[in-house]
Amino acid sequence: MSNDGPIQDIGEKHLVVPGTTFRKITEAVSRVTENPAPRGWWIMFLAAVSFTGVLGLAIGYLFFRGVGVWGNNSPVGWAWDITNFVWWVGIGHAGTLISAVLFLFRQKWRTSINRFAEAMTIFAVICALLFPGIHVGRVWHAYYMFPIPNSMSIWPNFKSPLLWDVFAVGTYFTVSTLFWFVGLIPDLATLRDRSVNSVRRMVYGFLSLGWRSSNRHWQNYERAYMILAALSTPLVLSVHSVVSFDFATSVEPGWHTTIFPPYFVAGAIFSGFAMVMTLMLVARVVFKMNDLVTMTHIELMNKIILATGTIVGYAYAMEFFIAWYSGNEYERYVFLNRAFGPYAWAYWTMISCNVISPQLYWFKRLRTNIPLSFVISIFVNIGMWFERFVIIVTSLHRDFIPSSWGYFHPTPTDIAIYMGSLGLFFTLFLLFIRWVPMIAMAELKSVLPEASAHHHAHEDHDHHHAQPAKAE
Amino acid sequence: MQIFPRSLNRLPAIVAIGVALAGGLVTSLVWYYFTPKHTHVGYEPRQPVPYSHWLHAGQMGMDCRYCHSNIERAAHAQIPPTQTCMNCHSLVRTDSARLAPVRESWETGRAIEWVKVHRLPDHAYFDHSVHLSAGVGCVTCHGRIDRMEVVRQDQPLSMGWCLDCHRNPGPNIRPIDQITNMDPSLSGTAQPPRPLAPPQTCSGCHR
Repeated sequence: MSNDGPIQDIGEKHLVVPGTTFRKITEAVSRVTENPAPRGWWIMFLAAVSFTGVLGLAIGYLFFRGVGVWGNNSPVGWAWDITNFVWWVGIGHAGTLISAVLFLFRQKWRTSINRFAEAMTIFAVICALLFPGIHVGRVWHAYYMFPIPNSMSIWPNFKSPLLWDVFAVGTYFTVSTLFWFVGLIPDLATLRDRSVNSVRRMVYGFLSLGWRSSNRHWQNYERAYMILAALSTPLVLSVHSVVSFDFATSVEPGWHTTIFPPYFVAGAIFSGFAMVMTLMLVARVVFKMNDLVTMTHIELMNKIILATGTIVGYAYAMEFFIAWYSGNEYERYVFLNRAFGPYAWAYWTMISCNVISPQLYWFKRLRTNIPLSFVISIFVNIGMWFERFVIIVTSLHRDFIPSSWGYFHPTPTDIAIYMGSLGLFFTLFLLFIRWVPMIAMAELKSVLPEASAHHHAHEDHDHHHAQPAKAE
Repeated sequence: MQIFPRSLNRLPAIVAIGVALAGGLVTSLVWYYFTPKHTHVGYEPRQPVPYSHWLHAGQMGMDCRYCHSNIERAAHAQIPPTQTCMNCHSLVRTDSARLAPVRESWETGRAIEWVKVHRLPDHAYFDHSVHLSAGVGCVTCHGRIDRMEVVRQDQPLSMGWCLDCHRNPGPNIRPIDQITNMDPSLSGTAQPPRPLAPPQTCSGCHR
């Protein structure tokens, strides 16, 4: 039980700035949803909503005209659509990692950022789910992706990783949403109880499912949370593994690789943490959460970015090694072509952003530097988009038949849909920040020294606990 | 403080049952009203000439292949040219008013614009000849044409319907010399003339 002691007992730093009290946490987090939105929020929200509008128009145009409005064409049959899909799913990985895996490993520092990361996960997965839906061409047949009993007497191909993908991402979305919602219940009840108008009371009251903070409620809550954490932990590994099967089970040189599942998972966590970092640093400044999201958090996250970035770099190197070692000339060609062919610019963008930039975090001074953390998080986001682009497009554009080699050019619709998906993501995220407690208040309170059974209150009012506390 | 009445506790159960019922209802309605069994079977368009299969194929017993002569060899079943009608009707009922459009077509050389009844989707590839040479009779897909005054779609021609036979062709195979015999009871009375492996893969029909 020694790990359950006050956090400083096991030689770690305070997880929030000392002096933070229960009341301060409730105030700091709740007031964001109660006070009028700051000007900065409105500016970002209007920008994000405009981009979402562009997304709607571009998708309408796509449905009206067909996928020919994209740059995809033989031999590059998958391009930005699937790049965006994989990119968004990858970003969605940090949420589960932070909320489930770090929870099971008792990494208490996660409490300041898990709500955030989970919300980001859900919105990223929504953006990701958009792309398989719209890339099918005959979009009114998108329901073919699901194994629905139908009058055609036929099922989707259960041997196809594309179907596994539907299940993997669908499960991930469902479990993440449940996990997020269960974690929200006590905090929504706090907002309900603080409500001064009846609409808020009704809405938060409805969402908090009658939470009264009774002992039994907490017991059920803790158990449900633990079960969901245990359920989502394997998903961290499975989802992106299955996404990587979309490529790895094909016979395309550059895709047909057994390293893909671990490599994709590491990349996903890498990009997810980068996106959490980007959003967190902005929200921390805009909503003045410095006391709750401290330098400790930023530094720990940067360490994870460094670790996963290094794994990704190793995977890039190993792909080259295996291409050489396999003796397969198509495989060798694809990798040489990636680095030195017409897409070399994309390849080296990827390498600089994903492999080189996180290496700065070996230095403590740099990984505790907030502007630099922000810049690198953006670099990683860019780099991970390029990673998927490089994998998909450079493998396809020159495969077995040199007579059908080609080069991919994005169209304005490609660009509009990608930018629009960013707009959708930020719209959802800004709405979340405005209406939902963005930091898990109840959980964060549990890492305060006051929450510990062994906590010593100040001299003047600790008569009750004084005697048995230091029994050891 | 109590915000909601106690009765609201039943809401989740009501919503769950409601969603299940609504889902089932929508599925059955779509399945019934939006599938070819409902939307296509019974399609009986007005033709430019009141030609009666009942009279020609039924009462007079003409073989299907007199007019649709290429069906055993071609992918696409032929609609007879005016020439075929005139083989007889230059001698028989030469002044019938009902045949006026045929004579007009014969004199002007403009084809009669028959309305196609059995329409498959553009993305479904269908070959008549391979079905006939396997011993599938006309009546299996077209019904009792010999009893139709006006041709009507008898079978749904839907994907599920095609697959039913592709998965188990036996009950629809008849002796190869009886393919134009409209007696449905001959179906399933013969071994196929060659080992059959009807495709069930996507590219079998969607090429």
